[in-house]
Amino acid sequence: MSMTLINFAYLVASVLFILGLKGLTHPRTAVRGNTLGALAMLLAVLATLLDQRILSFEYILIGVVVGSLIGVAFAAKIPMTSMPELVAIFNGFGGVASVLVAGAALIEVQGPSHQFTVSTAASGLIGAVTFWGSLVAFFKLMEVLKRLIQFPGQQFFNGLLTLVCIGLGSWLVLEPGQMDAFWIMVCVASLLGVMLVVPIGGADMPVVIAFLNSCSGLAAAATGFVLDNNVLIIAGSLVGASGLILTQIMCKAMNRSLGNVFFGDSGATPAASGASDDEVYAGKIKSTSADEVAMLFDTARRVVIVPGYGMAVAQAQHAVRDLADLLEQRGIEVEYGIHPVAGRMPGHMNVLLAEAEISYDKLVEMDRINATFQQTDVALVIGANDVVNPLAREDNSGPIAGMPILDVDKSRTVVVIKRSLSPGFAGIPNPLFAADNSLMFFGSAKEAVLDLVTAVKES
Amino acid sequence: MEVFVAALTVFVLAVFIGFEIITKIPPTLHTPLMSGSNAISGVTLVGALLSAGSSEDPTLATYLGLAALVFATINAVGGFMVTHRMLSMFKRRD
Repeated sequence: MSMTLINFAYLVASVLFILGLKGLTHPRTAVRGNTLGALAMLLAVLATLLDQRILSFEYILIGVVVGSLIGVAFAAKIPMTSMPELVAIFNGFGGVASVLVAGAALIEVQGPSHQFTVSTAASGLIGAVTFWGSLVAFFKLMEVLKRLIQFPGQQFFNGLLTLVCIGLGSWLVLEPGQMDAFWIMVCVASLLGVMLVVPIGGADMPVVIAFLNSCSGLAAAATGFVLDNNVLIIAGSLVGASGLILTQIMCKAMNRSLGNVFFGDSGATPAASGASDDEVYAGKIKSTSADEVAMLFDTARRVVIVPGYGMAVAQAQHAVRDLADLLEQRGIEVEYGIHPVAGRMPGHMNVLLAEAEISYDKLVEMDRINATFQQTDVALVIGANDVVNPLAREDNSGPIAGMPILDVDKSRTVVVIKRSLSPGFAGIPNPLFAADNSLMFFGSAKEAVLDLVTAVKES
Repeated sequence: MEVFVAALTVFVLAVFIGFEIITKIPPTLHTPLMSGSNAISGVTLVGALLSAGSSEDPTLATYLGLAALVFATINAVGGFMVTHRMLSMFKRRD
C-alpha cells in the first residue's frame, strides 16, 4: 500500500481518537467513545503493518501477543481501589516505549535532520523521566515506598541533572553519530525521574500521576516528530493536553501549585501553629448513635452523603448504597457530594461509587452540591476530614487556607462518621466536629453505616 | 525545516482541540479519562511496529523495537480494556 493511503488511514484514526475523547463528555456516550478510541488504535496498527518498511512479522507477532496477554491480565483483575497504581504503571510503560522507539530510530537513521535529533533527544528525556517517575509513584501508591527521601540541595541537584540532560541532548544534535550521548542522557534522565518523585508524599500523588499522564502523551508526540508521523503527534498531544488539565484541576482542588508539589515541602508536615485539638474540641463534641440518626432521617427531606477515602478503605460503598436506597424509598432526596480529591486520583471516588451501582446522576460535583447545602436537612460525612474543614474558608494562614471545600456545615445537621478525632493529611483539627449542628458517630465506616441501615429499617 | 513546521502545526492544533474537548469532560469521568488517554498514548505502538519489523535478521534496533512493542501493547490493550470495565459500571438507575 502506498504511503498516501497509509497516511490517509492515520488521518481517519486521528479523527476517531478525537471523537472517542468527545464521547467521554457524557457517561451515556462514554463506552462508545472508548470503543472508538480502541478502533482508532486498531486502524493505526493495521495501516502500519502494510508499510513497505516492514520486512519481517516474526518479532511483531511475539511483541503483540506478549503485550496483549500482559495487558489483559492487568486490566481484568485489578480492583477499582487500585486504579491509581495501574494508571501510574501504564504511564510509565508509555514513557519507556517512547524512549525505546526513539533509540531504535536513532540506530537506523541515515543522515538525520535537526528535527530528528532534537525530537529524539526530547523523546528520550521526557520518556525516561516519565518511566522512572511513574515507577516511583507506583511503589509509593502501593505503599512499598513510604519514606520521603529529602536532603539539602535537592532542588539544586535536580536542576544540575536537568542541565546535564540538556547538554547531552545538544551534543546529540550537533553530532548525530553520538549514540552514546543519547543513552547516557537516558540514564541521567532516569535518575532525574526518580529524584523528582521520591520527595513527594502520598497525599500529593494524584497531582503527580496526572502530570506524568501528560508527560507520557508528550513523549509520544515527540516520538511522532522523530518518525514524522501525524497520528503519533495528534494522539500524543491530546493526551498531553488532557494530563495538563487534570494536573491543573487537582492542584486547584488541593490548593497547591505544581511547583509547590514538586519543589515545596512534602505536604505531609503537620501544622505547628494554629489551635490545638483540645482548644477546638474540649467539651464541644456531641456523640450520637444509630437510633438518634435514624430519627433525624425520619423528619428529613433531603440528605447529602459526603464520602471520603476512609469510606472506600472500609469497603462501605455497598452499605452506603443500601442506606441511600432505604432513604429514597421513604421519599427522601439523596445525593452525593464529591470533592475532586475525595479519592486517590481525579474522579476516583465516582468510579468506586459507580462500582457499587450508585446512579451516576446522583454523584454531584463540588460547585453544584455546595449551592444546595442550605436546603439540606442532613449531611452525612463518611470518612472525610480535610475536604469538609471550614478552617479553609475562615483561617487564611493554615495549611489548607483557601482550599475549596464542601460546605457541609451549612446544612441543618451534620453527622460525621469517623473512627476518632484524629486529623487528616493536613494535620490540623477540624472545627466542624465541634460545631453546634454537628454530631459525631464514632465507629468504622462500614459498621456504622450497617448500624444505620438496621436502625432506619426498625424506625 | 518545512517538514518541521508542518508537524509543529499539527501538534499545536491538536493541543488546542485537546484543551477544548477535555475541559468539557465532567469530573465524574476523570479516572476513565486518565486510563483512556493513557491507552491512547500507547499509539507509540506504530513506531514500535516499524522498528520491530524493519529487518529479516534482528539487529539491536529490532530488539529495542520488540521491547517497545511489548510495553506499548500492554498500555493500549490494558488501557482500553480497563477503561471499558470502568465505564460500563456507570449506569443511571431510575
